[in-house]
Amino acid sequence: MKTFAELNFPGRLIAVEGLDGSGKSTQIYLLKRWLEAEGIKVYFSEWNSSELVKSATSKGKKRELLTPTTFSLIHATDFADRYERHLVPLLRAGYIVLCDRYVFTAFARDVTRGCPPEWVRGLYSFAAQPDLTMFFKTDLEVSLNRILEGRPKLKFFEAGMDLHLSTDPYESFRIFQGRILEQYVAMSGEFDFVVMDANQHVEKQQVLVRKLVAEKLDLKKFKRRSPLPLPPSFRPEDKMKENEEDLAAV
Amino acid sequence: MKNSETQKTCRRFYGHGIPNIKPEDIAGKLIVVEGADGSGRSTQIARLVEWLETTGHATVQVGLKRSTLVSSELEKAQNGNILSRTTLSLFYATDFADQLENIILPALKAGFIVLADRYIYTLMARDIVRGMDEKWLKNLYGIAPEPDAVFYLSVEPEELVQRNLSKNATLDYWESGMDLGLSRDVFDCFLKYQTAMQDTFLKLQKTYGFNIIDANRPMDSITKELRKKIGALLDEE
Repeated sequence: MKTFAELNFPGRLIAVEGLDGSGKSTQIYLLKRWLEAEGIKVYFSEWNSSELVKSATSKGKKRELLTPTTFSLIHATDFADRYERHLVPLLRAGYIVLCDRYVFTAFARDVTRGCPPEWVRGLYSFAAQPDLTMFFKTDLEVSLNRILEGRPKLKFFEAGMDLHLSTDPYESFRIFQGRILEQYVAMSGEFDFVVMDANQHVEKQQVLVRKLVAEKLDLKKFKRRSPLPLPPSFRPEDKMKENEEDLAAV
Repeated sequence: MKNSETQKTCRRFYGHGIPNIKPEDIAGKLIVVEGADGSGRSTQIARLVEWLETTGHATVQVGLKRSTLVSSELEKAQNGNILSRTTLSLFYATDFADQLENIILPALKAGFIVLADRYIYTLMARDIVRGMDEKWLKNLYGIAPEPDAVFYLSVEPEELVQRNLSKNATLDYWESGMDLGLSRDVFDCFLKYQTAMQDTFLKLQKTYGFNIIDANRPMDSITKELRKKIGALLDEE
């Protein structure tokens, strides 16, 4: 798997991975705010968010129609849609693309659901490796508590109920998340994850995130050429020229 | 045969198959009919169902873009022509997998004859013609069980034009491969695309070994040939 830098893309892709409740979404949001404030061309993309595929996914989830295989394929479809229509063009245009979850989420979840690892990796083999992947690693209990405190009603697939690990959604969720965590840890080395201690305070983590990004990327290169050009009819000099031409016509 | 119960054909998946499905649980027969629009696929399948049911076989039919899960979204996406290659390919694979797990495999387990109006070969051929990686496709469709018989109804592209025009008075955008931009002219495009599809099918035939049926002939003689071949398959038991 080659990174976007190795493939000579002018843009760079940064991904965050981790369990639900690891705080990764908060961290990448804060990273985005910082980069925007620095005047950098930045785009944020979230797992499972392609408009077109979403309606099928939510129907499948609501009606509990999904099997491990279709669960995997529909998420791959969603990813491919975002990858081909947004990520690749933006990366070619020199953007910093921030991804809340990347292919590693599928590698961890789908394999936990019983899909063969080679098959899942094969599905996503069209995707390049992020230039930086931060894995927000919490103790299992910490992330479980964050989720279970704030959002007491667990969804069927989220709790891994399709795996029949337990009839109790909370117990099922615990076992399921524990297995996903094992998968993440197992692939940390293979995919160059930077492991972040997600038990720490939000602010402390964000300081580290920004430092890491600044070290890894030459941020100046990704600045917008400011400001964005105005459409022609709003440019005062054009307006004047038009007036001159009108006068000449008379 | 007395010991036919114990002599179940050993079915194989093309790859690893589907989690938790054992090939030996699958009884039934899976029969696939492939071919372009206008090759007579649907007519032949309808006739086969009629014949099989009157001779006491339970049948189930499947085809592309018929899943509960994604068929309507897939239709919408196609009409807008907004999806890129990999996405469309995976969307079709999802549609196939949904039918595979919810219809094909349960029916085969119950000993039905499943008639597939197109199968993974059409999906693969379409993608190969569009430049997708064959190895990637092979891995993707490793979930598919190997059919008991595959019949490819081969019709000359010029004849396909005639049949499609006489039926619909127009050539379908996707069946003409217009998304490939082979030509601005839909007529030329259709011929080029169908020729490429045919070449790809012949290439796939070498790997997957399906029966090529000359479908330039009248319907009745094709039906006769199909019945003979399927009859022989059913008699093996």
